[in-house]
Parts: sequence; structure tokens; C-alpha cells
Amino acid sequence: MSVAKPLPHDAAALHVSGTARYIDDIPTPAGTLHLAFGLSDIAKGQITGMDLSGVRQATGVIAVLTADDLPFANDVSPSIHDEPLLSDGTVHYIGQPLFLVVADSHLNARKAARMGQLSYAEETPILTIDEALAADCRFEDGPRIWTKGHVDQALSEAPHQLQGSINMGGQEHFYLEGQAALALPQEGGDMLVHSSTQHPTEIQHKVADALGVPMHAVRCEVRRMGGGFGGKESQGNALAVACAVAARQTGKPCKMRYDRDDDMMITGKRHDFRIDYVAGFNDDGQLLAVDFTQATRCGWALDLSLPVADRAMLHADNAYHLPNARITSHRLKTNTQSATAYRGFGGPQGVLGIERVMDHIAAELNLDPAEVRQQNYYQAMPQRKMGLDPSPLQTTPYHMPVSDFILHGMTEKLLETADYHNRRAAIADWNARQSILKKGIAFSPVKFGISFTLSHLNQAGALVHVYQDGSVHMNHGGTEMGQGLFQKVAQVAAHRFGIDTAQVKITATDTGKVPNTSATAASSGSDLNGMAVANACDIIRDRIAACLAELHQTATENIQFKDGMVQIGDERISFAKAAQTAYLNRVSLSATGFYKTPGLNWDRIKGEGTPFFYFAQGAAITEVVIDTLTGENRILRTDILHDAGASLNPALDIGQIEGGYVQGAGWLTTEELVWDDKGRLRTHAPATYKIPACSDRPDIFNVALWDEPNPAQTIYRSKAVGEPPFMLGISAFLALSDAVSASGPNYPDLQAPATAEEVLNAVQRARG
Amino acid sequence: MNVTFLLNGETVQVDAAPTRTLLDWLREDEGLCGTKEGCNEGDCGACTVVVSDENGTKALNACILFLPQLHGKAVRTVEGIKGPDGALHPVQQAMVDHHGSQCGFCTPGFIASMAAGHKLGRTDHDNVLAGNLCRCTGYAPIIRAAKAAEAAPVPTWMNDAAPDVTAQRYAPETLDDLATWYAANPDATLVAGATDVGLWVTKQLRDLNDIAFLNRCAELRETSIDAGTITFGAAVTMTEVLSVMGEYHPSYAEMIRRYGSEQVRNAATVGGNIANGSPIGDNPPALIALGAALHLRHGDKTRDMPIEDFFLTYGKQDRAPGELVTGVTLPQSAPGLRCYKISKRFDQDISAICGCFNLTIADGTINDARIAFGGMAGTPHRANAVEQALIGQSWTTATIAAAAPKFGDDYTPMTDMRASASYRLQIAENLLHRYYADLNGQPTSVLEVQA
Repeated sequence: MSVAKPLPHDAAALHVSGTARYIDDIPTPAGTLHLAFGLSDIAKGQITGMDLSGVRQATGVIAVLTADDLPFANDVSPSIHDEPLLSDGTVHYIGQPLFLVVADSHLNARKAARMGQLSYAEETPILTIDEALAADCRFEDGPRIWTKGHVDQALSEAPHQLQGSINMGGQEHFYLEGQAALALPQEGGDMLVHSSTQHPTEIQHKVADALGVPMHAVRCEVRRMGGGFGGKESQGNALAVACAVAARQTGKPCKMRYDRDDDMMITGKRHDFRIDYVAGFNDDGQLLAVDFTQATRCGWALDLSLPVADRAMLHADNAYHLPNARITSHRLKTNTQSATAYRGFGGPQGVLGIERVMDHIAAELNLDPAEVRQQNYYQAMPQRKMGLDPSPLQTTPYHMPVSDFILHGMTEKLLETADYHNRRAAIADWNARQSILKKGIAFSPVKFGISFTLSHLNQAGALVHVYQDGSVHMNHGGTEMGQGLFQKVAQVAAHRFGIDTAQVKITATDTGKVPNTSATAASSGSDLNGMAVANACDIIRDRIAACLAELHQTATENIQFKDGMVQIGDERISFAKAAQTAYLNRVSLSATGFYKTPGLNWDRIKGEGTPFFYFAQGAAITEVVIDTLTGENRILRTDILHDAGASLNPALDIGQIEGGYVQGAGWLTTEELVWDDKGRLRTHAPATYKIPACSDRPDIFNVALWDEPNPAQTIYRSKAVGEPPFMLGISAFLALSDAVSASGPNYPDLQAPATAEEVLNAVQRARG
Repeated sequence: MNVTFLLNGETVQVDAAPTRTLLDWLREDEGLCGTKEGCNEGDCGACTVVVSDENGTKALNACILFLPQLHGKAVRTVEGIKGPDGALHPVQQAMVDHHGSQCGFCTPGFIASMAAGHKLGRTDHDNVLAGNLCRCTGYAPIIRAAKAAEAAPVPTWMNDAAPDVTAQRYAPETLDDLATWYAANPDATLVAGATDVGLWVTKQLRDLNDIAFLNRCAELRETSIDAGTITFGAAVTMTEVLSVMGEYHPSYAEMIRRYGSEQVRNAATVGGNIANGSPIGDNPPALIALGAALHLRHGDKTRDMPIEDFFLTYGKQDRAPGELVTGVTLPQSAPGLRCYKISKRFDQDISAICGCFNLTIADGTINDARIAFGGMAGTPHRANAVEQALIGQSWTTATIAAAAPKFGDDYTPMTDMRASASYRLQIAENLLHRYYADLNGQPTSVLEVQA
């Protein structure tokens, strides 16, 4: 058995000894050049003059490129071609690349990039949600609106009604390895690009367009990223294209990596949202109708904002059955960084909206918020017993039947193992004795839809070779950013051949090996690539089996691959011997594999269909303490029960859950992006933008897997685990709100991120 | 500049530009790419290395460490933390066993911090690792690894002996030499720990011409404790200050525990933090509240002043060109001293405000009050109006409530990315209430609460 084992990350030994290579560690040929962008320092306007003489004369500068120097596509957009590599004369945000410096060193390129003399005809930028709404400055013609049931009627007939609004900030990815790319010119105009990207095919595509060559002339290779989190789905395009264009022009290898401040000024972040809500409910806290208005700042270019905003709508229900729901989504165009993919991809924002409603209802009715949540859950996964028709399934606001809901049982178990009810009572007692410090506790679930909502992306390819010595070379379209995808898929490959994982060589993602790949995103990496690799392995295994069956005059059913051996009737030979035998009998030991997710069907305009293959679920309980004098706050204990299906690798899955939770809690607490009134991001380095540090993790941190097989036919019945646990961090935010509630009679109306300052503001609101 | 040091057990001699960072040199010249650049400003720890000298072993950020600072020291990078025979260090093995790496980019820095902590027998892992950011793991498996490695013996290869070196002009060994040189070169930059000057180079991309490095000047590195006072030489590191303060001023020590990070405190000096004049440095408000005296020297002339007089206006201090801060003297006893650092994140964050209170209370009456804040004005500044509202009054909540609004007379703070003006002012008032509760034994710190 190779699957289900808690094996370490395949590169762990390399990581700890500093020998795992990232882009900037790849040895480069002599004469490699280094790139930096000159950036705009106004948020909106036209460039009226660009004096780059100082840049050209700066030490070490080889070339300086502007939009006029780009012979082919000046475009790094992943969607509608609205994102020039270098400004075409219009400036859209502070930090936009205007010109490209090519120099003999990274430092010289950075120094020269600051020497441009720009003059602008400045215009008034649109920076905020309200400014954009007022100016009707948006993507798409108008808001997207999805409706289920009769919302207005149900609201007006509901025994109780409330309304409110929650702002939630964006989030900087803060992958520890900044964006980086290296382009090496090849013979005949071909280009090899090493990129720190989640989407090698996109890099290949954009580079080919920028060089005016077919995709076959460009090869993109990615061994690993030093963190991605969605920030390397499209944001690496600019560096790869810049390197390729400069390499084409100079004939030299070109490398570009953003300095951290440049990275934070240039690249997109999580979408910030404001979600307004009107909810109607009964005395038990059962939600009868809800009307959500979601508004998000997409920034200056479209990037991936449409599917992000769609996913926020798709998760407006989270785990709750909404009989009547309207979700209105405004995708606003602002003169800020172009917001992009970030772990959860809009899902967390949608989930926080409905969790806020649940909390608000519980406060209004003075009920336990956990009970209100349970009250509103979708019905449990039907137990299909012989002769009994299951009751009709409840549907999501986008009319998809929910057939695999398991949170009832998970919730009961977690409330019990975390001793929720007793602790809640103990906290109330503690709070009654404290005048300055207050504790809070909160439960929150997550139900996250798995699949790309752009259905065609739900495909994957693999390439597997078996060598004569029985060693296996494995390749697929997924990329490794720390999540352990390569290890999980290697475990799948090993399992298919019945060999040890050490016999499977994991190789860099390479567009020359597996073409037309989807981004490693949407948590789908192991679901898709695991299946594609299994398919390739099975093809080879079946060929070997057929060969051995013929040689041994037996049926292929009598041949088993297990424990590094191949059993042929009564005879056992090593897998290596089997491979060698197949080779000598002229059997192909190389195969491609392919997989496409079945059963998807989605109309995003109507908001109808089955966008997801299944739902991954989880639940968390967080306890916090706040200081009502300063708003300082801290997580004391977290208990998580998470559904990874039948886990492919429990150790790696728990790692995703722990890390996702802390990152989610960071989003809603200390991580605050601040722009000034000119549109300049003021938090563009770790000195000012505060991701969780070591001591910010919960003092007590209990994480367990709900180890039940996925009813959907996924690889070994596992479930995707990359994004869903991020949303468990919402329990920390809700716990803070609970703690604030202990300081006064009013609903605290806590906004996100709940920095110390915001918590203190909420304390003052609670006190009235 | 000629620099000699030990790198992973081998002596190296480098002719280095004065502001060449260890990180760039390792990666670009030596091809030792295990040490990573994450932020290039000392805030993420991905570049952490282990540095040893006659005073012991410590973790430092290589991205803001200039090569001349290493003269006479021993450096171990992640490559050299692994044994010469390829054996993993116990912290490396534990990180593999406990799944402490995911993307792996921060890992070499964690390994360096953990190896330094392991050698020193440290078990306060949250402090040891406060300067290392990880975005993947949520830290839990890293702490499990650090705990698992605690009992393992320190591998022999970690015991580096710093090489003997000859004195270099760029790093004066006596205060006389330094003061004479600086008086003659008043436009020069004095570099102590480089935790701020480093950023002038890596972020502002400034060229620094004349530089003197202070770390080999023994007199500036002395701490003397006598006759009721403590005197820190200007080049005493914040790690050393922390260890002294733990005994004499525990609240000050707790504030310093959250000052920068382990790596930053190992480099940063008390004199640098004062001389640089930042309105958000954390030592000045504490030292003002303690009534500390600052010592300066220009050539062979010395002078002393109350430290609060040193800060004139934003960016301007009472220091003549060519004059240097040589040290600071503070009282050993101040039982009423409390230092409150308020920041977005507890560890390794610059204060939004830092409020330091030192009241002398006898028989229920406030006899003296020294209150100083950072982050409330262009300089670290005393709250004179509040002090006056307290002195002579009875130690009661009514007195506190009456005095707190006077912060509005003392300060007109600004709004920035760390906090709004109104929050700053509100917190200043509230910290006076906290001080009252704190001295009366009420729980006031969320850091001391457990589930």
C-alpha cells in the first residue's frame, strides 16, 4: 500500500538542507541578464513624457524597453487581453509596469528602474467600492444576479428580519518565494522558460504570443514554487514574458525576480468585498430568505475576477439550505492592483457573508450560534437503503442538488470532542469575573464545491515511463507549490504498480511532456492529476500483464502487482524483472494518461447547473481572548474536524488544514492592506503587512480527519484539501465577535480584518 | 575592505565592498543558494544564518548583514548545518519527520534559527522563531519538530572557533580611535547592527561611502552594573539588554521580547535604536520613563544629557556632526515601570504606539510620574500634561479617569498604515487605565491567558 500512508513531502530532505532549487537558485550561463520594471507613481492618467536617458546611462544597463519595443503581443492578461506587459500610455494604478530595464545584475536593474523621469496628465482615480458604484465603473454590463424562490415575498412574510453589512479586506499572498522567471534562448528562436508558476501552459501561451511564435516553440518548466496560494496562477505572466522578450532581443538568458516591495506593489491580491444582507427567519433561527449584495474591487484589469466573483456567489450558502435567495454581485473596476486568485477564490468571502448572517440571527434571537447553524444545515446525505426511495434532495441557490452533505455528524462529533457546550458556559463565567479581558468561542463549518467552474478546465494529462530496471518516471500537468501534490500522485503511481514510492521519480512539470494543462488551482491538483497518472500507469501495467500472461500461458486476471513483486499464478518475479521481460518482448513501457471530471454542467449567466463534482467539508471551533482596552486579541485554542475523504496522505492533508486555518485566521485578523487616498498601497512589505507569526498559531491546536470515503468516484475516494480548510479560519473571526459581545449589549458588527483597532471599535459599538 | 571569517568550517578572505550583504555574496559569489531572500529587509527570516564568535552563537538575518560585520566571526549556512559527512542535523531530521516543510522556501531560515536555538539549549521556541515567517504550515509542525529535537546532542561540527584576525581600519577597536575618526569624517555612517542602515542599502538603494563598523569596539559593547545604575554601551545588542532587563525591569524585558525578532535583537543595538531618532523606536520611551542619561562623545569631548532632550523634532536630534552616542545609563530600580507595546501583530512588529509609565506612589499618593510614548508624535515624547494631572493626586480610579483625557493636550498623533490617529489617542488613555489595573494586580494581558 502506498496510498493513505503519512509519508513526508517528497522534497523534505532537500528543503531542510537548502538543496531544493527555486528559480533564483538555478545555475545560469555566464552573461545572464537581470530585469526590473520601472513603475508608475500615479493611480490614473496618461503618460505625457517618458525620459529614460538616466535609466539608459545607469551602471550596468544593457537595454531599456517600452511598449514600443515589443514586436508582438503586449499582453499578459489571463482573460480578456486588457493587461499590457508595459503601459501603452495609459496608467491604471500605482505600481503598474511602464518600462523594462535589462542590466548586468539584479541590483543594477533595480537601481536603474528608479531613474525614469515620467510626466503624466493625471486623472482622478476610482479607488473605493462606493466610488466605483457611483461611477458605474465595472466589469460586465451590470451586476450578476442569481435567484432561487421568491425572495421578496419570503422576506416580507418572515417573522423576523434583519439587515447588515460586512466589509472584508483583501489579502496579500506573501508566498515566501517572490515571483520569478528565467528565460533561456534556444536555437531557431525557441525559448525555454523556468517560471515560478501554477500555470505553465499559460506561461507558454503568453510567451509564445509575445514572441510571435507557435506554442510548440516555447517550453515552460516548473519544478516547484516557494508558495503559490493562487498568487502564481496569472501573476507570473509578466515576468516570464519580460524575460522571454528581453532574451529574444539580447540573445542572452534573462532572469527576473521581484524585490518583495515591488512584488507587493505590482501583483494582485485577494479580492476585498463588502457584502450587504437582508435576512428573514423564524423564532428558531431558521433562515427563510436572504438577499445578498456582494460588491468587490477587481482592480484595474479583469484577470480572473469573473470566476472569483462567481465563486463568492456559489458559496453564499456555505453549508445552509436557503429556500429563497437572491445574490447580486458587482464586479467593480478600480485603479488598484488587479485582484487575482487566492486560496478559496472568492469562496471565503461568500462563506463569511452567510456566516455573518448566521451569527447575526443568533445574536438577535439570543440563541447558541452553533445551534442556529445546525438548524439551517442542508439535509444529511441520504442513506440509500434497499427498497426505500430517498427524499428529494435540497438544492443550492444555483439549483444543484446537495447529495453528499455530512456536516451533521461531523458537527456533533466536533462539538463533543472540543467540549463546546461546557466551554461556552465556562467562558461566560470567566467573562463575568473579568472587567478588562473577555473570551469568546465560535463554531463554523465549511462546505466547498470542488471543480473549476469553467468546466473545460477539469481535465488533466500525465506521462509515465517505466524503465527496464523497474524504476518509474512520472510526470503530470500539476505543479508543486508545497501542498505535497507530487508526493500524493507518486503514491498513486506506486500503488498502481505495487511498488515502493521511492521507485517513482517525480519530475518537474514541463509543457513539453504534458501539454494543454490547467492551472494547479481550485484544490483540484490531486483529484485531476492523480486520476490521469493512474490512467497512464494502468495502461502500462495492463501491457506488462498481457505480455506476462502470454508468456506464462495464463489469464491477465491471474497477474497481480503487489509489494514490489508481480505474482503470475504461483510464480513471483520482481517488478524490475517484469519490466525487463516486457522490454525484451518489445512492449511499450511509456504511456500518457488522461482524465476529465464527469457530470459537470454549468450556466454561469443563469446561475444554474452542476458546477461541482462534490463538496469537501469541515468544521472548526476557535476560542479567543480580547483586551477591551486595546483590542489586542489572541487565539487560545482551535479544534478542527476536516473531511479529506479517504486521505491519500494524512500527514500532508493535516498540513494543509493547519496551514490553511492559520492563513484564513490571518486574513481576518492581522492582515490589513492599507491604501492611501492617492491609491498607493502603504503595506507593501512584511514590516507593515503582518501575516501570522509563529506565536499567532493557536496555543492548543487539535486537528483530526473525518476519514470517510468520498461518495464521488475520485482517486481512491479522497477529497481535495487545498482550499477548504482556509475557511475554517472564519471561526476565529466569529469567536472575536463573540468575545466583543461579552463587553456590551449591542451586536458588535465586527468588520474584517479584525485588527486590534477594529476590535476596539467593535467593543465601543457593543457598549453603545 | 578585507574581511576574514569562517564559512561552514573553512576560513575565507573576501575583499568586500562595505555594503555587500552576506546574503548576496553567498548566493551570487559562492553559489551557496540554500540561504534564501524572502524580503530583503530582515522581516521574514528566510535568509537566517548561524554566526558564532567569542561571545557565543546567534541567528542573524544575512540580507541586512554587511560582510565587514563578519570580520573575525564564524558563519554557518544551511548547507553547513548538515554535517560534513552528509548527516542531517537533529533539527533537520526532526523537520522531515514532523512534516515541518511544505513549499520549503522558508525552511533553510527556520533550520538556521532552530540550529542556533538548539545549540543554546533554548526551548522557548516561539521566541526563537518569531523572526521566521512561514506561509504554508501554520507553524504547528515546526514547533513539534523543534520540541522533538530538544534533547538531541549538539553535533560536533556546530562548534566553530572564530578565526583570529587583525584589526581593520573600517572597524575601530577602541573608542578613542573611533571618536577621532568620526570627528574627522562627520559625514560618515556609523554601522552598529545594520538592522536599519541595512534597509537604506537594500530598499532605498543608497550608496554609502564612508562607513565605520562599531561591532569590534570593545568599550561600546560593555554593560556595567553598579551603584544603583546600569550603563549600556551604545553597541550592546538588544539581546544583551533583554537579558539584563529580565532581572531589573521585567516589564521592559517583556517589551523587548517583542522588539524585532531574535535575529533583529541579536544585531540591533541600544545605541543605534536611540541615535537613529525614530519616533517609533521602542527603547526611547522606556528610557525616558526611567529618566535615563545619554552619553555622547565628539573627538575627546564628552557630554551627558537627559535622554528626552536628545530628540528635538522629527528626524533631528541633539547630536553634532561627528559626535556619537556612546551609551546610556538608567536606574536599577523602578518598581512602578510598565512598558506597553501595541502593534498589529505581537511578535516582530513595529509599534503603533509604545507607552511607558513610571509612577512613584507612596501612601496612596502619586509623588512622581514619568510617562513617555513612542508613535504619538514626531519624536519619543513625554506626556507632561498627564503627568501633571497625576502628581500629587491620590492613586485612585478617579484620578486616572481625570488624567487620561489630558493625553489630548500632550499628543496630536497621525494616521498611518499601523493605526489611526483616533485609535492612538484612545489607546494612550486606555493604557493609563491598564497601568492602574496592572499595578493593582488585575489581569490585563491577553498573552497571559490560557484556554
